[in-house]
Amino acid sequence: MKNVKRVDIIFGAYTQEKYKVLEQALKKSSDQIISEVIESGLKGRGGAGFPTGLKWKYTAQEKELVKYVVCNADEGEPGTFKDREILTRVPRKVFSGMAMCGKAIGAKKGYLYLRGEYLYMLPELMEELELFHNSVKEFNFDFKIEIAMGSGAYICGEESALFESIEGKRGEPRNKPPYPTVSGVFGKPTVINNVETFVNTMMIMRLGVDEFKKLGTSDSRGSKLFSVSGDTPIAGIYEIELGMSLQDFVDEFGDGDTKAVQVGGASGFCVPRKKFKDTIIGFEGVPTGGSMMLFNSSRSMYNVLKNYVEFFEEESCGQCTPCRVGCQQLKKGIEAVKKGEKSAAYLVTLQKLADTMKISSKCGLGQSVANSFSSIVDNFKEEMIY
Amino acid sequence: MANTVNLKIDGIDISVEAGKTVLDAAKELNIHIPTLCYHEDLCVAGNCRVCVVEQEGARNLVASCAMPAQEGMVIHTNTHKVRNARRHVVELLLSEHNADCTKCYKNTKCELQDLASEMVITEPMFLDLVPEKNYTVDNYSPSIIKDDSKCIRCQRCVRTCHELQHVSALGVAYKGDQMKISTFFEHPMLDVVCTNCGQCVIRCPTGALVEKNYIDQVWDAIYDPDKHVIVQTAPATRIALGEDFGMEPGNIVTGKMAASLRRLGFDSVLDTDFTADLTIMEEGTELLTRLKKVLVDKDESVKVPMFTSCSPGWIKFIEHMYPEFLDNLSTCKSPQQMFGALAKTYYAQKKGIDPSKIVSVSIMPCTAKKFEAARPEMRDSGFQDVDLGLTTRELAVMIKQAGIDFESLPDEKFDSIMGASTGAAVIFGATGGVMEAALRTAYELVTGREVPFENLNITAVRGMEGVREASVKLEGLLPAWSFLEGVELKTAVAHGLTNAHQIMDAIKKGEASYHFVEVMGCPGGCIGGGGQPIPTTPEIRKKRTEAIYREDEGKTIRKSHENPEVQEIYRDFLGEPLGHKSHELLHTHYKPRKRF
Amino acid sequence: MPEIKELVKGLADKHGRGRESLIPILQGIIAEERYISDAAMSEVAVELDMSAALVYGTATFYSFLDTEPRGKYVIRICKTITCDMKGKKQIVKTLEDLLKIKVGETTKDNKFTLLETNCLGWCHKGPAMLINSIPYDTLDVNKVTEIIMDYIRK
Repeated sequence: MKNVKRVDIIFGAYTQEKYKVLEQALKKSSDQIISEVIESGLKGRGGAGFPTGLKWKYTAQEKELVKYVVCNADEGEPGTFKDREILTRVPRKVFSGMAMCGKAIGAKKGYLYLRGEYLYMLPELMEELELFHNSVKEFNFDFKIEIAMGSGAYICGEESALFESIEGKRGEPRNKPPYPTVSGVFGKPTVINNVETFVNTMMIMRLGVDEFKKLGTSDSRGSKLFSVSGDTPIAGIYEIELGMSLQDFVDEFGDGDTKAVQVGGASGFCVPRKKFKDTIIGFEGVPTGGSMMLFNSSRSMYNVLKNYVEFFEEESCGQCTPCRVGCQQLKKGIEAVKKGEKSAAYLVTLQKLADTMKISSKCGLGQSVANSFSSIVDNFKEEMIY
Repeated sequence: MANTVNLKIDGIDISVEAGKTVLDAAKELNIHIPTLCYHEDLCVAGNCRVCVVEQEGARNLVASCAMPAQEGMVIHTNTHKVRNARRHVVELLLSEHNADCTKCYKNTKCELQDLASEMVITEPMFLDLVPEKNYTVDNYSPSIIKDDSKCIRCQRCVRTCHELQHVSALGVAYKGDQMKISTFFEHPMLDVVCTNCGQCVIRCPTGALVEKNYIDQVWDAIYDPDKHVIVQTAPATRIALGEDFGMEPGNIVTGKMAASLRRLGFDSVLDTDFTADLTIMEEGTELLTRLKKVLVDKDESVKVPMFTSCSPGWIKFIEHMYPEFLDNLSTCKSPQQMFGALAKTYYAQKKGIDPSKIVSVSIMPCTAKKFEAARPEMRDSGFQDVDLGLTTRELAVMIKQAGIDFESLPDEKFDSIMGASTGAAVIFGATGGVMEAALRTAYELVTGREVPFENLNITAVRGMEGVREASVKLEGLLPAWSFLEGVELKTAVAHGLTNAHQIMDAIKKGEASYHFVEVMGCPGGCIGGGGQPIPTTPEIRKKRTEAIYREDEGKTIRKSHENPEVQEIYRDFLGEPLGHKSHELLHTHYKPRKRF
Repeated sequence: MPEIKELVKGLADKHGRGRESLIPILQGIIAEERYISDAAMSEVAVELDMSAALVYGTATFYSFLDTEPRGKYVIRICKTITCDMKGKKQIVKTLEDLLKIKVGETTKDNKFTLLETNCLGWCHKGPAMLINSIPYDTLDVNKVTEIIMDYIRK
């Protein structure tokens, strides 16, 4: 069994020369960059885990003249705070990743969509951005980044909702297909990646594909930032190789009394103590955007679940029926069971509803509500009733 | 075949044009997939999720309305998973919906109710969310009632208001459980940019948006022995009313309509077509007068192009959106309002009836006509000129309430006076019709000859193209009109307010110049009006339009100036077009409104 | 009213008049006014030549684009479970007592508005809150009292 392997690459110090790694990377051809990213096995760090190199390749293949690179910094998943840390400590790596992507796909413009909650970071980011723009100019590379601010809407972390928001609209997810690689922001081919993903692409350039591949497992290459919170004596951000078991994680971070870990935030899965040993953190097991919330035995899992469904009830965009009404029913439903107004059997009805939400909602938000709902209700049924 | 894709639905192979959706493909196979947010006239939303189907190899169900048909796709429309999901979706909608169906105007005409009935939903599966919602009903508008408790948030109304009408009086507000369809700051529909066109009403699947009905008021008037109740019927009603009795779209039911109105107990059954002809006399003369002032007198205070003013949705649109063009509007009242003003003056005098005892009812394909009837500008007879405006749908309800078997009614004629009409009046009901009718008369007025088109059919202004242009060269004119000799009379026609917006922007930017522009607020013109039987689809609009032109062809008189009753009213009452009396009763001005 | 007109015009000059400028303009109004009034919104609609209902619909979608009057300092306390576990309720109570208002309300002098919000991204340092755009973490009764007293003195 693998133990927790902490590494320190993402936050590693900058090179002496400003934007040195980017300068080197920009000397490579578009094809070379894409094939290195594909070869590295890097998967998106936002949680869904789509192979990054393929995304770039598909977008590069589109014939449109105007294309965009979008960095998703709408970090709204409860329990996640790594992107804030990255953008505070190493924004240069993010901008570099975006520029390199621009080179790879043939885009001249990038957007960094920053959540409204992080508005306070804007002045420093703008300073770095000026440095960035000067540097790419020196490298004779035509690429501009604009920072678009969010204004308090979790759903804008969904890629097509984020595009809508950049376009000045309500952040309502679009029908797919078409996918962003074909029609993204302003209807143009777009690569959208998470903050951490862009940093990882620069890691690949700095370490080389082979070194990068040595990190993690075959399904989950590289290291990953974990946002650790809840009942832990050492809450914070940790860079860890993927592929550890949840037991190893709890041994490292727990307070000795961990009864459950919510992996992947409110839209992720709740793993109870008895399954810690068999749960692998990574794309082969339970994937995560990095949110790890620990709960000890003093916590009511009913309260945890209620907090999550209340969150979804508010943060659903509201356009599709399963998500808009489903979230309200899940919340009211568990309250009714708890109060004894509905029998315990009603939980089964609710779980079937959650299953429907999972397969019939328009976007990933509605589809993922069932993850936490079903895993908490399944594993902590008594706490839901009594 | 180029650009086709092959897929399999429920075991049946089918190839469809690329770009078609799974729903389109299923339709071609006569496989029915339920829908709610989908509407043929609108862009795809994919948000109700009732049309989900199973796609082999896909993790999740897919919305068939939004999923493009793709090569090799294997689709199942009727699996356990699909049925469960659809059931859940309908149950969820019902839990958010005021399901007091017996007290709903749309009872038995509701798409949600139909689905619930099809699924045999007897016990609610989920908790009732309605009590905590604080839903409100907005019934301030004389035209439209908006009841949020019936809303299923399919956004058909929002898309209609935006895409077809470029008005966006309705939008989507808030998110999550609070998400709702709302006007600006939730002001009443009466106080916002809403044109009352009712296009949202004919697309709302439930009772959330309905016309304000005046059925009981009409019955009360009919039953009141002191009242003389007269009724006028708009051109487009007679080619659509039958649909509410199960007849195929495109049936002309003019005679049955007249018969049914008589049986309902109206004291006199008259025709808006009469004042449509009168409108042509007034508006045609106004156009020529304007052209003289502009071309000969160089009077800069007179504006061209002149816009038609028959469509009350269009009037309100221009008041809100283009107030700087209000002077370009023809000063003619709409046929409904000309009729109203004359009913309580000319008609009352001729018949020797005290006008205060007259109740003037109109049957219109339109919800905006209700608002128009209630306008303060429309009291030139000394009374409210039109007392109660009903839609085609409300008339159908009254006929059913009276136990009349509509289809077996004999064909009857309108009463006189104000019941005679021409083919030129009938075509007011279709986009381009007013233009065609006006040209038939104006051309003849200035040349002494009939319009140079075969069988009087000016096909250039007909059709469903959003904006159409036509020009007529004026040559060989009568001496009185010689100042127009050689002028190329440029006209344009637009229908649906998005097209109106397009033409207005072109005019505003100086990219287009016309002498005369016809605008109808609704797609297809009045045949597609917001008061017409539901549903209205592109196919149905086409059939209704064909019926309109058939009705025209069937008329012995097809030019407004040849209407004998019109000639009579000028002789006996009005004097001449644009004369003093006309000005008093038949013309008006509108005022700017705020743009929100 | 004239000030709002000027403000909106200035923001439109800065950000442009396309639809994609709508949210930056609304954010600019918030930065100045703390909320977007109906007067401000109809100005925006005029400047951007778009429907006021769509401006309203867009503004109400975003939690931070308030459409109700707000105080000079808008306090938003994170209500996510991790902050809750670290004593958020106590912080809310302290704030309510200090400001003599309940969550959702604004003080009579229009200085403070107290709101709850979803995850602020400080889960490892809960409880956390924003005052306007400034985050404060690891709150306890003493710390939050000191912070508020500072703002009261401002």
